[in-house]
Amino acid sequence: MSEYSVVFENVSKSFGETKVLHDLSFGIHEGKITTVLGFSGAGKTTLMKHILGLALPSSGEVKVLGKVINKLGEMDLREFRRNFGMVFQYAALFDFLTSFENVAFPIREFTKMSEEDIREKVLSLLDSVGISREAAFRLPSELSGGMRKRVGLARGLALDPHIMLYDEPTSGLDPITTHMVYDLMKETHLSNQSRGFTSIIISHDIHATLKYSDYIVFMEKGKVVEHSDVATFKKSENPVIRRFLEL
Amino acid sequence: MKAIAEKQITNIGNSVLHKLNGLGDFTNFTFRTIFWTFKPPYRFKLLFDQIYFMGNKSVFIIFLTSSFTGAVFAFQIYLGFKAINADSFIGPIVTIALAKELAPVLSGLVVAGRCGAAMAAQIGSMKVTEQIDALEVMGINGYQYLAVPRILGAMISMPLLSALFLLVGYTGSWLIGVKVLMIDEILYTQKISDFMNLGMIAEGLIKATVFGYLIGIIGTYHGFKVTGGAEGVGKGTNMAVVWGMITVLVVDFFLTSFLAKIL
Repeated sequence: MSEYSVVFENVSKSFGETKVLHDLSFGIHEGKITTVLGFSGAGKTTLMKHILGLALPSSGEVKVLGKVINKLGEMDLREFRRNFGMVFQYAALFDFLTSFENVAFPIREFTKMSEEDIREKVLSLLDSVGISREAAFRLPSELSGGMRKRVGLARGLALDPHIMLYDEPTSGLDPITTHMVYDLMKETHLSNQSRGFTSIIISHDIHATLKYSDYIVFMEKGKVVEHSDVATFKKSENPVIRRFLEL
Repeated sequence: MKAIAEKQITNIGNSVLHKLNGLGDFTNFTFRTIFWTFKPPYRFKLLFDQIYFMGNKSVFIIFLTSSFTGAVFAFQIYLGFKAINADSFIGPIVTIALAKELAPVLSGLVVAGRCGAAMAAQIGSMKVTEQIDALEVMGINGYQYLAVPRILGAMISMPLLSALFLLVGYTGSWLIGVKVLMIDEILYTQKISDFMNLGMIAEGLIKATVFGYLIGIIGTYHGFKVTGGAEGVGKGTNMAVVWGMITVLVVDFFLTSFLAKIL
């Protein structure tokens, strides 16, 4: 098991004349929960897009599971993305498919499993995130925000990914559902940790981050101003982080 | 004075650059969709779903439009031709006009309004709710999954709808000509076979296929271009319908000139 799942080496990104990422160099620990924290506009989402290969750096290299992702060809990159699972801010479930069909979608696309096996796997995944049989056959529009996130998590896990990304997974949820979703993320992480499963969370929820993360990457204006474990982060003297911690 | 002139020139330059940028974007989109059309996996189920949506679900509106178009056209021709005792020519005139122009163009306008709008709205709302990003993260190309079946579906549905338009439009004109205006039935059909040929029908079907492609590519392009929220989806839908209809009418002119030379 290598130390890092994702490594940024001198990564900069500009859109026109606006520089959004400034010479980032750091690694995301394999098998751990790392939260990328920062204010809005800090460059968190751009960073996540670089991990997924949805955006390419203007300079530098992004290595994911040992491969330089920004040097992969389009087809190889598509193939490589199967190593990722992703939970979007508002779940991004396909609105024309039921919860069951949403989770079955990547399995049908990328495996040759029989319909019987797919049914068994999907229902087991939905069960593991607390979605009932009855809710499994409802459309996303008929589910609550928390349920949609859980179905999104089940869909992200469908192909047994190595890296799970969460983009603001609890935005728009009430505090109780927020903690339920975080508990579920933690459980998912722990149950897959033995195979080097890495969780990367993009968030600005400081309290949940401190409670559930192993490592924190704090970004400000496109720069990583702190990258440490939670205990060290809490002791940071950086005034911006102090301000964030006092929220 | 110099400053005003400079500002005007800058504005014109910016406007031209913006248009060229849009054209480049559209060309890039066109080539990408062509590339992904020939790349496996081939998603036949999605294609059949689109043919069903665009073809089968448009039958009623095509039926309604074509029957009245044929009937009204027959009646108008009768009013003009009666004065010169040429009312027996209603059949060939209406049928040729339907086959070469009215069927493909009016079907195109109906499909641009109904399906072009639906394509832009469906894809646009998927874009703003990150569903297209979700496809990409799974390693599925959005153009291949969303645009290609719609474009091919429109290319297959349009000639079928145009043929239906011709058939129903002809029936409408026949009912008015033969049953209402009492033109001799044998003369009516005889004149059609005297003046019509398969090239005319082929011209209409070729046009319909081209219009199908254009409606598909414009509808999906404006869906993928959507930004923002509901307002963006509305704007994209509007652009898809407006540009779809304009393109059908403009391309029809050039296509007619071109096909006149080869058919």
